[in-house]
Amino acid sequence: MAALPTQPAAAQESAPPSGAGGAPPPPRRGVLRALGRDPGAVLSAAYILLVVAMAVFAPLIVRMSGWGPYEFDQTAVNPDLGGVPFGGWGGAGGEHWFGVEPGSGRDIFARIVYGARVSMLIALAATALTTLLGVVFGLLAGFFGGKVDWVISRVMDFLMAFPALIFMIAILSALPAGNRAVLLVVVISLFGWPYLARIVRGQTMSLARREFVEAARASGAGRATIVFREILPNLRSTIIVMTTLAVPGYIGTEAGLSFLGVGVVPPTPSWGQMIASSVSWYSVVPTYFAIPGAFLFLLVLSFTVLGDRLRAVLDPQGVR
Amino acid sequence: MARFLIARLSGVVLILLLVCLFTFGVFFVLSPDPAVQICGKNCTPELIERIRTNLGLDEPLLAQFFSFLGGLFAGRTYGVGESATHCAAPCLGYSFQSSQPVWDMIMDRLPVTATLAVGAAVLWLLAGVAGGLLGALREGTWWDRGAMVVALSGISVPNYVFALVLQYVLVVELEWLPFPGTVTFAEDPGGWFQNYLMPWIVLAFAYASVYARLTRANVIDTLSENYVRTARAKGLPRHQVIRRHALRPALTPIATVFGMDFAGLLGGALITETVFGLNGVGKMTADSISRNDQPVIMGVTLLAAFFVVVGNVVIDLLYTALDPRVRVNSA
Repeated sequence: MAALPTQPAAAQESAPPSGAGGAPPPPRRGVLRALGRDPGAVLSAAYILLVVAMAVFAPLIVRMSGWGPYEFDQTAVNPDLGGVPFGGWGGAGGEHWFGVEPGSGRDIFARIVYGARVSMLIALAATALTTLLGVVFGLLAGFFGGKVDWVISRVMDFLMAFPALIFMIAILSALPAGNRAVLLVVVISLFGWPYLARIVRGQTMSLARREFVEAARASGAGRATIVFREILPNLRSTIIVMTTLAVPGYIGTEAGLSFLGVGVVPPTPSWGQMIASSVSWYSVVPTYFAIPGAFLFLLVLSFTVLGDRLRAVLDPQGVR
Repeated sequence: MARFLIARLSGVVLILLLVCLFTFGVFFVLSPDPAVQICGKNCTPELIERIRTNLGLDEPLLAQFFSFLGGLFAGRTYGVGESATHCAAPCLGYSFQSSQPVWDMIMDRLPVTATLAVGAAVLWLLAGVAGGLLGALREGTWWDRGAMVVALSGISVPNYVFALVLQYVLVVELEWLPFPGTVTFAEDPGGWFQNYLMPWIVLAFAYASVYARLTRANVIDTLSENYVRTARAKGLPRHQVIRRHALRPALTPIATVFGMDFAGLLGGALITETVFGLNGVGKMTADSISRNDQPVIMGVTLLAAFFVVVGNVVIDLLYTALDPRVRVNSA
């Protein structure tokens, strides 16, 4: 499937890590230390934390910068030139840190800060839901096998055979506009979970045949105990890596859908939607698309780099 | 082999039926009443009632689904008596906005999308495989690192952002290319090429990056296989080892991914065509989204799903030819 190219990127390259069959996962403290020595991982993590902080403290930050995301500042744009901001760099300066939107004069900094909220909230909620669905169905299919496995596998084949982006658009455009954020999360997760479930299923199948699971079964452990105490902990590193690699895909998808006009509805700011509205201004006010574009690019890049590095640390055999 | 084929093809038919059911469900069950939307502003309850009867919207859902399916394969007739219109197979319905048959609208615009897709595919295969090989054969050097940094950015940059940056730099600042317009190949081949150059690059960049990473990983993997070591040990020169022993197994997975990506290109074309104003199927879909023209969105959805499903089968069949290790036993 090739929705937004970032999504297959994450899916295709995370061929089943070899962790389940090999050595036990490294202890948690070692992982953090190894990542701490890697400048790429540290920078990525720092940027992600910055965006998260922006999202969490958005109202406070905006109070400091002086302009809210929904306030129109008609004094910052030139009505004689069709609403081009006064001053160079899209009107950036002490008053409006990143300049203003051409036409409406809304503060770009404030909209970036609030847009971070939308992007992060949707991407993280979609990731959480996908992970939950992927792990549950992957475990069910892999552990019980037989008919359960057949049904779940067919559903996964079916969902993965879909051109996901087109179907997301179809669903979102057909549904009456309700709570867009929730709809986005549900739709993204609906098409996202099979990619994790497929890998969890494979690893569960090989784990279920291992000696320690047999030992647990022989000593009278129930099914639930085996799944939660024996198998799930061994899937930890796979789930962490897959999840980190999935987040950039979801951020890109949310931004893409908002860009196409089926995502977050104005006036709620979202980075993708800001870029969409900048298309008609790109030659006159380049900062209008460059600023949200750069924030979005760096966020996706950071998650991708962090995911790559995490995989390298957690699963050395899987990385070449 | 015959049995494999039959099993595979019946699976395809089943999936396509499910796709139809799913699409039908989304557009006829979940969405608000289409009759109200067709009716527009000057609407009366009688008019809505008439549209509903004409479109068969007053029938039970199951009957509606079967006439929808029938329309796809055999064509269908809307309305009765004087106002009846026949919609030939494959009938995807009529646009709410222009009242044109959706199938004709798609066919009109398909050449543009095909040009975009084929050009981009050539570009991304060449660039991706070349970049990946460069990285793998010079592993650990600055060539490798450079190629992988470019690939990483290609994966991370949303294509509409890249499109805007490219357009700003090449058209506005450097003035190397003209503003994109509509030029056909017959009118002016040079202008046509210039027109498509940026869309090709934008669509290809992300895919090329994925392929470069995939190729690099695969080639490095194969180069550490025992048979490659054997080939080296018996004294074959390095380029022969690479060409005759390493490339084929390393590149077959690329063929699979390529088939799936190419079949699914409509999704990527959507954004690229919108940004550059190319009048293809993607832009038509984007326009239909903003006008809430559901029959068009539905038609494109079905077509896209059809491409992906059929593409997957073709790849499966090709794969057995490309990679002798997975050939199915006829037993």
